[in-house]
Amino acid sequence: MQALIDEFPVIRDAFWLTIRLTLASGFMALVLGTILAAMRVSPLPVLRTIGTAYVNIVRNTPLTLVIVFCGLGLGLVLDVSFSTSLSTNYLWLSIIGLSAYTAAFVCEAIRAGINTVPVGQAEAARAIGLTFMQNLRLIVLPQALRSVVAPLGSILIALIKNTTVAAAIGVGEASLTMKTLFEAHGDAVVPIFFGFAVAFLVLTLPTGLLFTWLSKRLAVIR
Amino acid sequence: MTENGDATPLVVLKDVNKHFGSLHVLRDINLTISRGEVVVVIGPSGSGKSTLCRAINRLETIDGGTITFDGQPLAAEGKALARLRSEVGMVFQSFNLFAHKTILENVTLGPIKVRGVARAEAERRGMELLERVGIGAQASKYPAQLSGGQQQRVAIARALAMDPKMILFDEPTSALDPEMVQEVLDVMVRLASEGMTMVVVTHEMGFARRAADRVVFMADGQIVEENAPDEFFTAPRTDRAKDFLSKILTH
Repeated sequence: MQALIDEFPVIRDAFWLTIRLTLASGFMALVLGTILAAMRVSPLPVLRTIGTAYVNIVRNTPLTLVIVFCGLGLGLVLDVSFSTSLSTNYLWLSIIGLSAYTAAFVCEAIRAGINTVPVGQAEAARAIGLTFMQNLRLIVLPQALRSVVAPLGSILIALIKNTTVAAAIGVGEASLTMKTLFEAHGDAVVPIFFGFAVAFLVLTLPTGLLFTWLSKRLAVIR
Repeated sequence: MTENGDATPLVVLKDVNKHFGSLHVLRDINLTISRGEVVVVIGPSGSGKSTLCRAINRLETIDGGTITFDGQPLAAEGKALARLRSEVGMVFQSFNLFAHKTILENVTLGPIKVRGVARAEAERRGMELLERVGIGAQASKYPAQLSGGQQQRVAIARALAMDPKMILFDEPTSALDPEMVQEVLDVMVRLASEGMTMVVVTHEMGFARRAADRVVFMADGQIVEENAPDEFFTAPRTDRAKDFLSKILTH
């Protein structure tokens, strides 16, 4: 227990990094996932094919491989660089990996949401002269998103936990920090473990409750 | 029938054909709709009358023939098609009001996003139209909070908000409880008397008699007979029409 108290600043910083990873990746995954969903329902076959291929490839690849690909492939081989600081660079590379991976799931959730919007809604929008993009942006996606708030919450919870995979390329989020602390406090492995486990619950449980509440509040009444 | 001072027809369908798979739903349809004319399309279900109505604003594509609107062939897609649709109002059987928008937003969305009308002006005009169909007091509610008849009157106001050159009605009263049919028909009769060009697919024979300039009777994807309502209902010329009328008018 004393170890947890002594190391509180380190643990706090590690979870703050976990939160930042989650927020940045979650936001980018939402944007990319929405674009992918739009591609998958677009009238252009080439866009549909690209969207489908992306989802099938990325969703079926283990996240660890995606993250390692971002770290090694993008970082070392292709020399993609966001910062001269090595740790900031790997942070961004891991955000790219997490976003790219999560976007595939966001896309599928939104596509399921689009299927809940009655055909008549889009027809009425076309009938008043909205273009395909206006129809998607003003009528279909707002209703689709509101019907998939709960599944998006589940994806966000999965993302919070998935940020631990960023440890694979040395990003010092919570799980990597836990491992480091195990080594420094060999006599307090169990308390440290439970400390981290509880801290994750503190992040994930309220997220679940928030999204359940939001999904009820935002539901479209038909 | 030349209220707009223009004698050219508004809609011309020429040799229009359409298949759903092996089903031939529109067979060599030829139909001309004049400006200000009210055309009622009737016929048994599956006769292709809804498909005909939806083909006019290209919610259904056609396999053969041509449809011209206001002198121009229907655009296949894109901006030109969107522009055409903004000039043709449509009222659906199931209302299709935007479920996540208020009643007023339903009516102002088109003018603001398609026509670029300023919000304040669109809302002023939207309220005016809602008052006209008797829904002014419900402007801030959502569609699900309104009765079917009220929703359908909002749908008519939404179509009118675009100042369309014509309005298509695809079985506008078929999904309504019986006591709500009249309030919607009243609005439609008023529109007809004000000179709106209308194509109405309906089973409401009373409306056809009262407001139609012409009745088009369809069966098996073909136009079997067309005539002024009085002549059609009292002296149908074809056996198919006699048979249909005997089934619906006897009770």
